[in-house]
Amino acid sequence: MSVIDRPLPVAAPSAPPEISAAVRLRRRVAVALKYASLVLAALVMVTPIVVVWMTSLKTPAEAAAGEPFTPPSNWFNLSNYVTAFVDGGMAQAFANTSFILVVSVTGTVLIGSMTAYALDRFSFRGRSMVLGAFLLAALVPAVTTQVATFQVIDFFGLFNTRWSAIVLYIGTDIVSIYIFLQMIRSIPVSMDEAARIDGAGPWTVYWRIILPNLKPAIATVVIVKGITVYNDFYIPFLYMPSEDLGTISTSLFRFKGPFGASWEAISAGAILVIVPTLIVFLALQRYIYNGFTSGSVK
Amino acid sequence: MASLTAMAGRRTLRREERPDGPRRKRGPSSPGIAPWLFLLVPLGLLVVFTLIPVANMFWYSVTNWDGLGPEKDFVGLRNYVTVATRPQLFEVFFVSLYYIAASFVQMALALYFATVLSFKLRLRNLFKGIIFFPYLINGVAIGFIFLYVFQPGGTLDRITGALGLGDNHFWLGDPSLVNWSLAGVSVWRFMGLNFVLFLGAIASIPSPLYEAAELDGANRWQQFRYIILPGIKPIVSLSFILAISGSLAVFEIPYIMTGGANGSKTFVIQTVDLAFKFNKVGLASACAVILLLLILVITWVQRRIVPEERVELS
Repeated sequence: MSVIDRPLPVAAPSAPPEISAAVRLRRRVAVALKYASLVLAALVMVTPIVVVWMTSLKTPAEAAAGEPFTPPSNWFNLSNYVTAFVDGGMAQAFANTSFILVVSVTGTVLIGSMTAYALDRFSFRGRSMVLGAFLLAALVPAVTTQVATFQVIDFFGLFNTRWSAIVLYIGTDIVSIYIFLQMIRSIPVSMDEAARIDGAGPWTVYWRIILPNLKPAIATVVIVKGITVYNDFYIPFLYMPSEDLGTISTSLFRFKGPFGASWEAISAGAILVIVPTLIVFLALQRYIYNGFTSGSVK
Repeated sequence: MASLTAMAGRRTLRREERPDGPRRKRGPSSPGIAPWLFLLVPLGLLVVFTLIPVANMFWYSVTNWDGLGPEKDFVGLRNYVTVATRPQLFEVFFVSLYYIAASFVQMALALYFATVLSFKLRLRNLFKGIIFFPYLINGVAIGFIFLYVFQPGGTLDRITGALGLGDNHFWLGDPSLVNWSLAGVSVWRFMGLNFVLFLGAIASIPSPLYEAAELDGANRWQQFRYIILPGIKPIVSLSFILAISGSLAVFEIPYIMTGGANGSKTFVIQTVDLAFKFNKVGLASACAVILLLLILVITWVQRRIVPEERVELS
């Protein structure tokens, strides 16, 4: 701590450069190691995808040769993609997933924001009980209760319909409610009051004041929920076994059955499913990072 | 979720600030049925699709129901005794240990890369994107990618072969390897999420702290140890707990890749099989109840370790 008080070592001009050279070398090695670790991580992350992408462009004979690192002879051979798209029923799958996704995401935004509005802007008897019920539900991992949820879905006649997935995505999403609850606190109550004085009822306040001001939270919920629904396998697998109700996850899963050995076709199917995700990621990077940072920390 | 209760307390303070509309008949703090109209659908969904299934699950777990017929006899705790005493039913818990071990690796890697990428660096955004992107990929696609990579004599074997580690492993066929392989896929898939969460938490540490530390001559390790780590401790321990309860509930990757074969069956795969393949809804419910209670215990431990207020970091 007394470094500053000490007089500078005038008599030893050769010593400091030597030390700093050693320090500089150490720094340089540290930087090199840092970049090496990053490059290694990037390779580990990217190699499996690139290998499968190259396989998806190969002819059956090339793929059967089993040389994963050999590039395909024709980089524009899309015939495997046609196979995956047509024989895998991917057109139907994308249509089913899009329908489920749009309805579920819209429903989640409405349900979540309405719940947050009711719980934040009103004080009423039973309010803490309602909050407690949602809190309790948040503790229950959905993966454990499907045994019994199945009977409920079956009871309502929703089994093997797209509505089974939709009601479950909308009805069991507590995280979105929490995101809206956090956001709604930052909307000043005076805005509601001003609208009330102008004669607005609760519904108008919700629709005209609350919902428009929740936009950042809506963006987060749309992104997090959209990606979750797009990727979900468990729910469509359990509740929508019918072939023409395949979502991209279940259709891809079933595609492997008859094409079990033709890796070029399976690879094309996998890449086909990844491409939309990659496009969305590249287009919305910043929102996606923000969405997951605010969405996952419950 | 941790702060829902905290919110409940804070909200009530506002009660007085809110004058009621002129049309209200009841007392000044009674908003009538308006909130209930907004809550009608959300509460209905909550009751029907979460609370009733949980209650039913406890009820089924003490019956011998097959999920189909009307016959539903009370059998007491027999299903629980079966789970506890039949080794092949209980064995699946040990599979979770591989995933728990993997979550330690996952946290360490995420922490390392988040720290490194918090500082100025060439191609920072590219590295960030590459490390995070696998988290966004569809689970079935990930399963297929690694089925291809793990083929005997395939991609991974070429790499291990080049490193002199042998080039003909049964990554998914060998019972002593399969769970390591699958847990590795899980690290590949989920590390990016932890990484981005940690990155966000590190970014919220005020930068004057680093500058001051640098002036005091603190090196990178000391900055990590005394500034970064304490700053992001809540999110790290929260992620840890989530990773551990996630390890108990693994389903997708092993189901897609091996179907639970060669000793890779997890607790959830077994429960799903029992309920939907073998029609033993009673027994499956008992399994699900055990898993639910385990996860509740872990969550409870987390609440004890991580104080609520600090979880709200983001």
